[in-house]
Amino acid sequence: MSAFRALLFRDMKLAFRTGGGATLAAFFFALIATLVPFGVGAEQLLLGRIAGGVLWVSAALASLLSLDRLFQADYEDGSLDVLALSPLSLELAATAKILAHWLTTGLPLVLLSPVLGLMLNLPVPGYAPLFISLLIGTPALSAVGAIGAALTISIRRGGLILALIVLPLLTPTLIFGAGAVMAAIDNAENAALYLLAAFSVAAVALSPFAAAASVRLNIAG
Amino acid sequence: MAEFFAMGGYAAYVWAAYIATILTLTAAIVISLRAHAKARENVRRLELEIGEGDKQA
Amino acid sequence: MALTLARITVLANPKRFLDYSSALLPWTGGVAFLLLAVGFYWALFGTPPDYQQGQTVKMLFVHVPAAWMGIFVYALIAGASLGSLVFRHPLADVAAKSAAPLGAAFTALALFTGSMWGRPMWGTFWQWGDARLVSELILLFIYLGYIALWNAVDDPNRAAKAAAILALVGAADIPIIHFSVEWWNTLHQGPIITSTGSSVHPSFLWPLLTIVLGYTLLFVWLWLLRMRTEVFDRRARTLMLAKGA
Repeated sequence: MSAFRALLFRDMKLAFRTGGGATLAAFFFALIATLVPFGVGAEQLLLGRIAGGVLWVSAALASLLSLDRLFQADYEDGSLDVLALSPLSLELAATAKILAHWLTTGLPLVLLSPVLGLMLNLPVPGYAPLFISLLIGTPALSAVGAIGAALTISIRRGGLILALIVLPLLTPTLIFGAGAVMAAIDNAENAALYLLAAFSVAAVALSPFAAAASVRLNIAG
Repeated sequence: MAEFFAMGGYAAYVWAAYIATILTLTAAIVISLRAHAKARENVRRLELEIGEGDKQA
Repeated sequence: MALTLARITVLANPKRFLDYSSALLPWTGGVAFLLLAVGFYWALFGTPPDYQQGQTVKMLFVHVPAAWMGIFVYALIAGASLGSLVFRHPLADVAAKSAAPLGAAFTALALFTGSMWGRPMWGTFWQWGDARLVSELILLFIYLGYIALWNAVDDPNRAAKAAAILALVGAADIPIIHFSVEWWNTLHQGPIITSTGSSVHPSFLWPLLTIVLGYTLLFVWLWLLRMRTEVFDRRARTLMLAKGA
């Protein structure tokens, strides 16, 4: 599995370089949380109620930011062709890239979320569900996003169409993620986190196949 | 008759829905028919041109 | 089933497809118009006002068929995408591409008519609590993304394969999306009586079915037209290349 590890570390290193998108996503995430009160008013109760949803939506958008380069950068400089010829299957390569994306884009969002929750006056019961739901759900964002990234490799300015095709597919993540936070705030119980976990597991398990198939169709002559 | 058009007071909604339906279906039909005729004509013209070219050659 | 599969393979040849479809066209178009004429006359003049909904129930006859077609067409696209990727049927991607704008139009129509129906029923033009309507909105976005992908990828062969993958991923996700929206509704309020929730009274059912059948045949007619258009355009492109040579 050293090829897997090598690809993983390489992608992570690239993500942290300028233009890599890792820190960009975290900034974007924080920025949206900062802008929302300007949009809806600073009334504490209102902010507290929408905090979970706002943070989930901005997590989805922030993770989209660096997705269009996920395969495209390698496609442009030929590394993708090399990758296709390597002993590592494209499915595993896609998995490595998804993992790298999550570690560099998703995980920082998870770690930032309590702070942003504080800024948005998230009620105390909401913090744990917010953290856990983002932890479980951001891998799905990376996984489904990777499919979109692979499909849009050859499209110039593909970022916009990537967002258009990926976001509807992510509706369940958003619903379950924000739903978990809402339930905790309303002092109710629901199965949101379990449903989210199920969706994430399915997404992470299956999306490498779709992503690899999409990569293949783009590099085949 | 007036009663029919009034639709029990909901005329605006019912007829809006029906008009939208007629417009959408008509537009789909017209657009598809036109594109079809144009494409078929295009192929016929090209086949004729190539036929001419073959004759001259 | 085997006969259908055999027929589908026979249709792989574009020329033969053109011949078959030109034979089918007048038939499907004619019967479609007949069914729609009969169905709508029946619906508008032959049905009573509903006990609860009054005359607004008349919108059942334009909303339900449109909504059904939106989903049915997507299923066709998913099937065609499978045929394209797995069985490599040459005309499968033509079928998928041609169907998409029609499916999107039906879905948009379903949303508009659903909104019109909702206004007298719920008091608002939009109701997030109606799981079907919300799922239809997301379906519309999925259609638009699918069409956009076809148009955005330059190479037609790549576009076909990419669109096919997207269609299949969407097909897998749509039931989950629908479930999640329904689940979400149970959080906020109890079960909402949706516009199409309760079972349909028999006096409405038959005109409705007639119209649904009419819509389906109308779709098939338009679909064949659009597929033929696409086949003609491909032939034209080949001829242009031959001309240049």
